[in-house]
Amino acid sequence: MHFKARSSVALADATLQANLRKFQSTGFTALRAKAVAEFGPELFEALRGEGAAIRDRSLAHLDAWLERFEAEAVRRGATVLFAETRAEACELLIDICRRHGVRKAIKSKSMLSEEAGVNEALAANGITPIETDLGEYILQLAGEPPSHIIAPALHKSKEEVAVLFEAHHHAPRKDDIPRMTREAREVLREHFLSADLGISGGNFLIAETGSGVIVTNEGNGRMVTTLPRVHVCITGIEKVLPTLEDFSTLLRLLTRSATGQSISNYVSLFTGPRGRQDRDGPEHMVFILVDAGRTSLVGGDMQEMLRCIRCGACMNHCPVYRAVGGHSYGWVYPGPMGAVLTPSYMGLANALDLPHAATLCGACSVACPVKIPLPELLRKLREKQVDRGLRPRSERAAIRLWSWTARRPRLYALATAIAVRLLRILGGRDGMISMLPFGGEWTRGRFFPAPKSGRTFRSLYASRPKPARNRGQTTVFSSKQQ
Amino acid sequence: MRVGLFVTCLVDLMRPSIGFAALKLLENAGYEVTVPAMQTCCGQPGWNSGDREAARALAERLIAQFEECRYVVVPSGSCAGMIRAHFPEVFEDEPAMLAKARGLVARTYELTEFLTRMAKRASVSASFDGTVTYHDSCSGLREIGVKVQPRQLLAKVAGLKLVEMEECETCCGFGGTFSIKYGEISSAMAEKKCANIEATGAQAVVLGDLGCMLNIEGRLRRRGDVKTRVLHVAEVLAGTTEG
Repeated sequence: MHFKARSSVALADATLQANLRKFQSTGFTALRAKAVAEFGPELFEALRGEGAAIRDRSLAHLDAWLERFEAEAVRRGATVLFAETRAEACELLIDICRRHGVRKAIKSKSMLSEEAGVNEALAANGITPIETDLGEYILQLAGEPPSHIIAPALHKSKEEVAVLFEAHHHAPRKDDIPRMTREAREVLREHFLSADLGISGGNFLIAETGSGVIVTNEGNGRMVTTLPRVHVCITGIEKVLPTLEDFSTLLRLLTRSATGQSISNYVSLFTGPRGRQDRDGPEHMVFILVDAGRTSLVGGDMQEMLRCIRCGACMNHCPVYRAVGGHSYGWVYPGPMGAVLTPSYMGLANALDLPHAATLCGACSVACPVKIPLPELLRKLREKQVDRGLRPRSERAAIRLWSWTARRPRLYALATAIAVRLLRILGGRDGMISMLPFGGEWTRGRFFPAPKSGRTFRSLYASRPKPARNRGQTTVFSSKQQ
Repeated sequence: MRVGLFVTCLVDLMRPSIGFAALKLLENAGYEVTVPAMQTCCGQPGWNSGDREAARALAERLIAQFEECRYVVVPSGSCAGMIRAHFPEVFEDEPAMLAKARGLVARTYELTEFLTRMAKRASVSASFDGTVTYHDSCSGLREIGVKVQPRQLLAKVAGLKLVEMEECETCCGFGGTFSIKYGEISSAMAEKKCANIEATGAQAVVLGDLGCMLNIEGRLRRRGDVKTRVLHVAEVLAGTTEG
């Protein structure tokens, strides 16, 4: 099923639409706007510039920073593994599980684990994965993928979650969020204490210290990374930053852009396993750093996409995302960033409709904390589709015909004169066309306003009586000719 | 001072009155206006559809059409945005054309931008009896920074009261070919825009782009609203809204 079919289902789903409306009215855009206003809009603009520059510096020497990261992490007792593909990432993880006799793994939120299908791989090898981020936990029970990268279950209402908890927790249904959350915490606590492995994502990797970072609000990430014997941080290779100083700049951008917080409830840096002096922490700490298509973007015209720090601001501000929700986008990453990432990682031909699933309104790039020119990248993907002959022939022909005619002004004048007259007739007395030839998509939900005059501006202008042209004087005929 | 008016293809075809309103405003401001007769389209449909070649051919034509003009004024944020933000990209690998494109970029203005920034003589002497709300078109707003200019000019229209709607900067759902590729999503977005317009109680929504205009008007009428008028800012400023 393609974006169009999925979005059609989404638009017809009254519950989803209500949930999306609620997300929009109480959601992250207003919180971000408030945070930016408090920070100072000009300062925030400058910070965005710095953020973009830091990400560009990191990506310009990605190999060198990864090597530095590896050396520093190893020096502090961690293991660093590189996976070229998603499948390889899963294999490495399963191998770690076997070596440490892992039966149960607890997870904090990780989009890369969604990308790689970590839960499915674990389950297939007899290991029970337990999501501990509340949203991800809800979706694990529901058997659904996330619909937003930081608020994965925003498509679900409180009532839907209550039904789900009742069925899975075998407890009477609760109808208020604090009691539902308490119930989930009680269930999860057992898992926190009995798991052999903790799997986290990584918002950033710090090259100079060999640390991984997670930026969270629920506190589950702390437990996942410290309670079990083994901690595996699985993330993309592009997440590396040179210094802690760079990280502090990006942290200010990340939380404000994501949830409007000046800082999240938890910011956890993990640097190696438990040391001799430490009372807590895992005995083993492993980084699995995954490429999965990222290096193919380095040095190309999509490289700016690798700046992404996964804040979700682009989708929060995207009117298309807000209308159809995240599941319409079909893969792990929704919204504008997903519309760029999915074809980039899964192949242009495998996501033909996504680069077109945007009005190019630019709201995403204005909100992006690292100034990714998302509309520009989407347009470039459209151009690649045309270059590789992946667009429908009728669409190509229409654009070609328009361009060909518009280069021949006399023919164009004739063709437009006819078209305008026909459309005017179609518009009838009220000037509204309810069925547009070749424009059925338009008239599904709208009328097409007919031309107001039966003639084009150019023909009216050419035939207007020429007054003695006094410089700067209004020509009295101009407004009467309409 | 010679000003070239690029009426844009949609004004040419759909709403000639807007072209004449723009003409009147520029002439009132004291400019000698030329309307190159062979002008057609800026190439935006091709560009946004990924057809660089089609866009390039039309961009080259447009540059030639307006070569003689000291300024080029466009009653559309998205066509002005195409020239200002994208023509240099169209010719990025052709140094000679790139220089010409940059020359045009430096001389091109969206209509309200031109009237507020360049025009020495006041151009607005219109009146409008009623309340209006303003929809910020995406390209004008985010590609060339048209935000305060139309509001400054509307403030000079006698009798006109501006009330801002919720989410005035949110896309109406037009998006060029998006509107005919994803009609259902496009209409759903237009519906939200219309609801925000109607919530202000304004008699008219004023805007600066034909795409948004057709989209919003088409949706308003379809949902049964025959009262709320959809007006281009040029018509309001020129006092030609009764045409």
